[in-house]
Amino acid sequence: MKGTLSNVPIAKELDIVGARQTGRNIANDLGFSSVDQARIATAISELARNIYLYAKKGEITFQQVEGVAPVGLKIIAKDNGPGIKDISKSMIDGYSTSGGLGAGLPGVKRLMDDFDIMSSDEGTTIHVIKWLR
Amino acid sequence: MEKRLKNIILEHSDEIIKKWLEKLDQSKIAEYGETISQESIEQTNREFVNVIFSNIESDGGTDDLHEFSEKIVNLGWPLGYLTEGMQAFRSVTIKVILEDIGETNSNDEFLSIMEGVNDWVDPIKNRLINEYSHNWTNIVSLQKVALQELSAPLIPVMEGITVMPLVGTIDTDRAKLIMENLLNGVIKNHAEVVLIDITGVPVVDTMVAHHIIQAAEAVRLVGSQCILVGIRPEIAQTIVNLGIDLRNFPTKSSLQKGFRTALEMTGAKVVSESESEGDEIENILNSIEKE
Repeated sequence: MKGTLSNVPIAKELDIVGARQTGRNIANDLGFSSVDQARIATAISELARNIYLYAKKGEITFQQVEGVAPVGLKIIAKDNGPGIKDISKSMIDGYSTSGGLGAGLPGVKRLMDDFDIMSSDEGTTIHVIKWLR
Repeated sequence: MEKRLKNIILEHSDEIIKKWLEKLDQSKIAEYGETISQESIEQTNREFVNVIFSNIESDGGTDDLHEFSEKIVNLGWPLGYLTEGMQAFRSVTIKVILEDIGETNSNDEFLSIMEGVNDWVDPIKNRLINEYSHNWTNIVSLQKVALQELSAPLIPVMEGITVMPLVGTIDTDRAKLIMENLLNGVIKNHAEVVLIDITGVPVVDTMVAHHIIQAAEAVRLVGSQCILVGIRPEIAQTIVNLGIDLRNFPTKSSLQKGFRTALEMTGAKVVSESESEGDEIENILNSIEKE
């Protein structure tokens, strides 16, 4: 079991629940603890909601990876939306352009182990990894 | 021409039904047989072909189609059963008609037979598909209504104390409903304290937290207080990781603890009956001793 495990398109609000459920099941299969499962599910929820809110359409991909630890779950959130104008600002707690809490992206960074973000006016791709320890 | 074809179909109805049933047996419908009894499939197939024929006889003026597609939806069979059935009917009918007419060398005649059969088969197929999807959307919308009724109940447990247990995912629509029910309920029940129980909420992300904070703030504005209860350990950890600030309103791990706090806030207390009885007896004994 290696490589891409699943691919969930995000186009409506209900898809966020689908992505979360898929992610939680995969995390469970890989052997993550219930606390880590909750962290992963919450991170997916934030990423998927950002796609739905700002880009309308996109997809979440789940991959099993190897690295710091033998098993890791990599989640890729990709969209072709307008992109994030100021990435450094978006990573500050309390910064939001939509009237939300502004804890989404910095929160995801704290929930997961690795965090990588690329954004241009052609879209945004976020890679996050949680290692099984 | 059309009448001629119709007569041929009706004359050979037994043959068509036989061939159709054979064809259907070979097709994918047999695969459903793993979960559905052979008997039920045969019965439904016969019903299907009767519906088709009664529609051809009456030129599509019956309610059979509606009833039949409703039955397929209720049985939980896929739409493919209907489309496959109609396709099989089309090919069987054309074959039977061609055999009946005999050799045709003219392409025009062949085409007009095809068209004639399509003119019957397609409307029936379209109506079946429409009825099927209509029934399906009907079920979905009914379930939506049923879910909405379960969505955000407000339970007055004591004078001044109400509980709102939340179960399941909170999306934007539900968040609105929660807010409305909460505020209406607080005013209607004269609640001083509202306990929001999130034991059944699987994931608390920033949006859910944001909605809960807003609801609590709105409750505060109408003069009552909110206590957030049912925070499971893993949810507590994710809330801390996310950096969500819930300092402004009291939280408790369980509904039980929250309820005790709510009682204190409304000036009530839980007193065990045996204890108070014991006190009474002691009081009586004391007063006797005094005398």
